[in-house]
Amino acid sequence: MKSKTIFKAIDIVLLLAAFGVAIAVDLVMPVGLPATVLKKGAVFAVVAVSMNLLNGFTGLFSLGQAGFMLLGAYTYAIFSIPLEARASVYYMQDHVAGFLNVVELPVVVAMIAAGAVAAIFAFLIGLPVLRLKSDYLAIATLGFAEIVGAFAKWEMLGPITNAPNPLVNYPKFSKVTTYFVAAGICIAIIALLVRSTYGRAFKAIRDDEIAAEAMGINLAKHKMISFVTSSFFAGVGGAMLAMFQSKAQANSFNTALTYEILLIVVIGGIGSLSGSVIASFLYIACSEWWLRFLDTPDVIPGLTRNGFRLVVFSAVIMVIVLFFRRGLMGDKEFSTERLVKGSKQFVKDIQDRKARKAKEVN
Amino acid sequence: MSNILEIRNLSVSYGGIEAIKNISFDVEEGKIVTLIGSNGAGKSSTLRSIAGIVKAKHGEVLFEGENILGMSPDHIVKRGVTLVPEGRHVFPNLTVLENLKIGAYLRKDNITADLENVYTLFPRLKERSWQLAGTLSGGEQQMLAVGRALMARPKLIMMDEPSLGLAPIVVQGIFDIIRQINEQGITVLLIEQNANMALKVADSAFVMQTGEITLSGTGAELLENEEVKEAYLGKKK
Repeated sequence: MKSKTIFKAIDIVLLLAAFGVAIAVDLVMPVGLPATVLKKGAVFAVVAVSMNLLNGFTGLFSLGQAGFMLLGAYTYAIFSIPLEARASVYYMQDHVAGFLNVVELPVVVAMIAAGAVAAIFAFLIGLPVLRLKSDYLAIATLGFAEIVGAFAKWEMLGPITNAPNPLVNYPKFSKVTTYFVAAGICIAIIALLVRSTYGRAFKAIRDDEIAAEAMGINLAKHKMISFVTSSFFAGVGGAMLAMFQSKAQANSFNTALTYEILLIVVIGGIGSLSGSVIASFLYIACSEWWLRFLDTPDVIPGLTRNGFRLVVFSAVIMVIVLFFRRGLMGDKEFSTERLVKGSKQFVKDIQDRKARKAKEVN
Repeated sequence: MSNILEIRNLSVSYGGIEAIKNISFDVEEGKIVTLIGSNGAGKSSTLRSIAGIVKAKHGEVLFEGENILGMSPDHIVKRGVTLVPEGRHVFPNLTVLENLKIGAYLRKDNITADLENVYTLFPRLKERSWQLAGTLSGGEQQMLAVGRALMARPKLIMMDEPSLGLAPIVVQGIFDIIRQINEQGITVLLIEQNANMALKVADSAFVMQTGEITLSGTGAELLENEEVKEAYLGKKK
């Protein structure tokens, strides 16, 4: 019992240490790769966790994440660009939709609006598509994401979305800490949902729909709650990604983005929120920072060149997927207790094996 | 005693195939009633349409006098009808305790007493309450499926082939439990292919054949019936 409390305390200290790192980076090195990685990692963590809520906990294989992120990013950008800057952002300056000349939302309100718009679309799309299962649901949601992207680029919507041109000049978070706090709040809310009785019902649906229905769980309602919540946070994540990229443009919210997030969820472990968070930072750190040296031609002359890191990165991912099929965390959550016990078991296994070998030799 | 459940002219079809053709039968309150019949006779479809999982073509299902046909499964569970589905269907990645809590999902009141009741009926589940349900043996999973249904505090529990794929000694245990549950005042509607065992515990029984009810009587009567003996009990005339 006592050691359990100590382990819990260490977990909390580690969590605080993560925020400590964010503050430290803000103070020491506000511009540079570490700051970039931490910001982007925090954004991806939010979206990966939201996707895991749907794919990992409710068993709904959806690939619409980029579409909901786009809705969030555009909503945030459209409503938070300062009124005086709007004329310079929109390419058809005399055609900007009327309401945009009067509405300007503060950052936090615009972020919540971003989530809300994504959630509303999720509700409308969910009515027909949540009747579908597995791959069919994936295809339908993927199609939805493509349609959203096409609409955002449509000339007719230019007065609102600026057509294919980027939306810029909206307020952005400048500090790593701000990204961490926003991401932390989102992830904490999802974690609370997963631990509630709703979370248990989601897992029941994932495990066995027939039994869940027989136990009186309303399938349509619970799937919808999960889908709408997941999309809400994908929308908020989209707004944060727009801040990180300093421009919101439909082209960057493409299918590849959905796959990147899916990859993070798989690497972290389907059904593990902490796994998704850890994998987000590792993934972003590898793709943006740790492997970057491979892009310089003189590491291995003739082989390494611009873009080579992506080749190595893909190989690394294949190895992970082949040898850690259940991801880093499986469906367990991170805790120091499990880490310590796991490593003790690991050391013991190795010693046992050595002892057995020694015996065989004798 | 009054009838807790009355089925009137119930028909269910899948596409063009009629699985149940206009059946009517009553389940008396506080009794064990069994439906026997071979594969594809429409037994499971009957239970599933009562539970609201399968949509019926027409007919009436009166539970305590109220027509529950066409209601969604959660409303039917709320009224006190639960189904133990065929093939157990426990939630493999949830613990035994979590499985039991899901059974009480629609209840807002205190479930401690019911948990104790289930643990008394199935001491094995108490020992394994922290184990993942997927790691239990077949018999234990069946116990869990029954226990989970009891957590909803049903008035009528419907069991779909609880003895399927279990060792004879385990089957005996399951039937003992069915009796005990019934003694607690819960009406049991049981589907079985193991006609011998089912008829022995049943107060009344119905034989289903290709979507129709062909015979009915008390359990003891049907055990002695020549047709039943030949078709379902494997005894020559």
